[in-house]
Amino acid sequence: MELFRIDDRLIHGQVVVGWGQPLDIGFIVLVDDTVASSDWEQELYRMGVPPEMDVYFHSASDAIAALPKYVADARRGILLTGDIATMQRLVDGGVVDAVNIGGIHSKPGRVQRLRYVFLSPDEESQLRVLASNGVNVSAQDLPGARSVSLPDLLAGSEL
Amino acid sequence: MTWRATFNKTMSSDPEASASNSSSATTAPRAIVAGHGEFAAGLVSAVQQITGRGGQLIPIAVHQLSVEDIEDLLRRRMIEYGVRVIFTDLQAGSCTMASRRILRGMDDAVLVAGANLPTLLDFVFSESRPAPEAARHAAERGRAAIAVHGAALTGGEGR
Repeated sequence: MELFRIDDRLIHGQVVVGWGQPLDIGFIVLVDDTVASSDWEQELYRMGVPPEMDVYFHSASDAIAALPKYVADARRGILLTGDIATMQRLVDGGVVDAVNIGGIHSKPGRVQRLRYVFLSPDEESQLRVLASNGVNVSAQDLPGARSVSLPDLLAGSEL
Repeated sequence: MTWRATFNKTMSSDPEASASNSSSATTAPRAIVAGHGEFAAGLVSAVQQITGRGGQLIPIAVHQLSVEDIEDLLRRRMIEYGVRVIFTDLQAGSCTMASRRILRGMDDAVLVAGANLPTLLDFVFSESRPAPEAARHAAERGRAAIAVHGAALTGGEGR
């Protein structure tokens, strides 16, 4: 598994093309309770990936049990969650040791910390908890972009 | 100054565009163009330069917006301008995902994902057709307009 990514757009151009092509990604694991419970939503996201790339959908609770299988998969994969809380649940499952923040966009109550990252005070606390659990948390929208550490991200020094 | 005001100012300062614009061509908005970066503004600018009919297209950029905000923005623009056609850049893109959600259950609307300049040129000249029908026709023209020249035609280098 190449990347555990928090991205509120889930499957989109940056993931499929920006990361998918240079890393030769063979599968995407999309962990989202809403998508996992809707065939229509799953078809919507499945439509966005090329035929050679598989997409697997899980709720957060199901994903924890399924993660070892994906980690052992010989192909390169990306796991996506749409929010920090869902990723925290996977971290608690014990398999995730590094988290990529790929995109958390503007909403009321959030403050901009990077061009593509906006955080509420609660979300900042959640990220600190992730880091305190030994997880390497950084922000990077694309493979060629500079990786921004959590302290630099929260300081907003890269804006 | 809004994009459209800027656009109109640009049109009036361009002799070629002004000449085209003085004809009876439709300039009322008939479709939305949305995508990554400045994709929409760039393509609409090209349509305007070539045909003087860029006013039929409403370019929308979605920098820093969440999926929900993209959907809300596109929906509001469709209602505001009374259009039922959306052109987007990438099948996996967030604008395409948002558009598909908007069009769900909207039987009279059309989304064309993967639109290119030939697509839009055909669309703006298909004024006699209803916009959704014109969009379907334009999509076929855009698909057929992609050509490869040079070495790829002979299957090898140095021939």
